[in-house]
Amino acid sequence: MDRFLQTFFNPVVMAQYTPDIIAGVWVTLQIAAAVIVAGILGGLALACLRSYRIRALNFFIICYADIFRALPPLVVILILYFGFPSIGIQLSGPMVLFIVLAATLAAFAEEIFWAGFSSVEKGQWEAGIATGLGFTRTLAYVALPQAVRLAIPPLVNRVLAITKMTALGSAIGVSEILSSATTAQSFSGSATPLTMSVVAYLVIFLPMVVVARWLESRTAWKKR
Amino acid sequence: MDIFIDQFFNIEIMRKSLPLLLTGLWMTLQLCSAVILLGLIGGLFVALGNMSERRWLRFISIAYTDLFRALPPLVLLIFIYAGLPFAGINISPFAAVVIAFLLNNSSYYAEVYRAGLISVAKGQWEAAQSTGLSPTQTLIHVVLPQAMRNVLPDLLSNTVEVVKLTSLASVISLSELLYNAGMARSVTYNASPLVLAALFYLVLLWPLVRLVSHFQRRLAA
Amino acid sequence: MANRPMLEIVSLEKRFGPNTILKKIDLKVAEGELVFVIGPSGSGKSTMLRCCNRLEEPTSGDIIVDGRNIMAGTRRDLDRMRLQIGMVFQGFHLYPHMTVLKNVTLAQRKALKRTKAEADARAIDMLEQVGMAHKADAYPGELSGGQQQRVAIARSLALDPKVMLFDEPTSALDPELVGSVLKVMKDLKSKGMTMVVVSHEMGFARETADRVVFMDGGVVVEQGTPDEIFGAPKAERTRAFLSRVSG
Ligand SMILES: Nc1ncnc2c1ncn2[C@@H]1O[C@H](COP(=O)(O)OP(=O)(O)OP(=O)(O)O)[C@@H](O)[C@H]1O
Ligand SMILES: [Mg+2]
Repeated sequence: MDRFLQTFFNPVVMAQYTPDIIAGVWVTLQIAAAVIVAGILGGLALACLRSYRIRALNFFIICYADIFRALPPLVVILILYFGFPSIGIQLSGPMVLFIVLAATLAAFAEEIFWAGFSSVEKGQWEAGIATGLGFTRTLAYVALPQAVRLAIPPLVNRVLAITKMTALGSAIGVSEILSSATTAQSFSGSATPLTMSVVAYLVIFLPMVVVARWLESRTAWKKR
Repeated sequence: MDIFIDQFFNIEIMRKSLPLLLTGLWMTLQLCSAVILLGLIGGLFVALGNMSERRWLRFISIAYTDLFRALPPLVLLIFIYAGLPFAGINISPFAAVVIAFLLNNSSYYAEVYRAGLISVAKGQWEAAQSTGLSPTQTLIHVVLPQAMRNVLPDLLSNTVEVVKLTSLASVISLSELLYNAGMARSVTYNASPLVLAALFYLVLLWPLVRLVSHFQRRLAA
Repeated sequence: MANRPMLEIVSLEKRFGPNTILKKIDLKVAEGELVFVIGPSGSGKSTMLRCCNRLEEPTSGDIIVDGRNIMAGTRRDLDRMRLQIGMVFQGFHLYPHMTVLKNVTLAQRKALKRTKAEADARAIDMLEQVGMAHKADAYPGELSGGQQQRVAIARSLALDPKVMLFDEPTSALDPELVGSVLKVMKDLKSKGMTMVVVSHEMGFARETADRVVFMDGGVVVEQGTPDEIFGAPKAERTRAFLSRVSG
């Protein structure tokens, strides 16, 4: 038991590497926030565009959403990070991570918002149009608020899953929590930094999981 | 444009790296079968614990799902693969991947099952048991089939996520599809093998993603 | 009724794929007139109403509201002209995420660009007219069907339409709630509103309608005063339909 504690909860190592881990937390939070904002707004914009039912445009939106839902983000990250410099486009690690995760979240968010739009009754659209609001204002004032309400629980789950992927940054040298921890682990020769990263992630994401659970139980309740 | 094609869609390099990628694909498929199968079974038990009448069992299974939904799978994987040897436990990369993703995915599958089980009306339990079926028989023959049908899109989209997840195994040098593609890239200094790997994932997953959208639309209608 | 026509439907044709649903319909509704439309299911009554504000795009023909053709002009013009055509649906279609007051003020503010004060005042007026002012702060989900339908009528009225179209406004209501909605419609008629009503409430038609139109198979088969149509229908199809609905 003592050895176990020394390996995974060594206080000396903890004290030494806490600043590094905290710096990593900060990087993770910044990238996560940027991804959430860009991804949700991007997905919402795509879903709104899609509701205009312009055929050529919708074809591209659907392909985009399908591809980014089907591709593992790590593959895209590696292509951007290692492939793009050879055609003269240098992107920093954090930038690649942000672009790929935001694009992935946008794809999922588009599908979620679109499902929300699709379940708004046709009569709601007709009522808006018949009262002279026109398509765009009916979209904005009538359909959108109803779609967003439906979209929130699945969206929170997806946001959670994708912001967790900021850990993939460790594969391309972004100094977020996980890479700070693995670096510290190899310097210190102790597993304690890994424990610290686990704790850091739990502190960040456990509240989100609890919120997601609460949102889901609320909507499940309403259905009955 | 030429340089773009040369760097990302270089047929010659793709052809040369194909055998390596195919062995990687085989490993990916093995990983997927192991994680999906175990995840589906493990998730069911966690979900049943979640719906149990015993409070401590409910507590444990909720703690389990929330814990492993909060941890990034890569962190879990690194912790198991790089951390456990410090405690004198050495495991193969394959086992580390399966264990890490099983912990992660059984939690997600459990949530899907739970939603499905809730969606089946209580009357179904009562009706089945009043005809003399045991609780286990009721579960297997009456409740689960309905539950699975109700959450088919979520079950499917979760399975898509598992397949994508296996690409993380490349980080601990397990030679699956992405790892081998990365190897080919570093030997050729050309991103085409990575693009080819992406195409493999697309071929594998695009139909499933389409299917998920299709089911969702049908359920919404 | 020698009044000028408020709504003119001119050789309106509507096809869905190979099926011709409306076959060169002509109908003139004078200012202040209430035209009551009856006909068997699938005869094209709803489609005709929905073509009047282009919720359904006519295949050919013209729709003229107060002298202006809504088939001509830009999209912008269309939205402006839709303001002059009130429409009440069988399913109410109130916005569930807004209070009653917000439901009635939304288009006033966003399409007519009225100020909040103007829109609120007008909304309260209209809600009073339909007897729903006391529920201004309620959400549609908290109201009975009859109450919802009266709010929906107020929502259209608040835009000062020149014509009101009703598509089976009471068909989704419990029998005891039908009366309150019909009463509102009767008030509206007595205030001089031009109305086209598709409905099965024959009693209401006898009392209030100026003219009854019988449609079948996408054409107007017969029209006349309520007494003529209900008392002495000329066409065989009209007689058959009326004997079926009166049981
Ligand atoms: N969007 C559409 N696409 C194809 N056919 C349609 C569409 N809308 C209506 N129809 C067809 O047009 C015909 C007339 O429909 P409409 O709803 O106008 O009839 P109605 O007289 O209002 O009948 P009801 O009394 O049942 O409301 C029907 O045969 C219907 O199937
Ligand atoms: Mg109809």
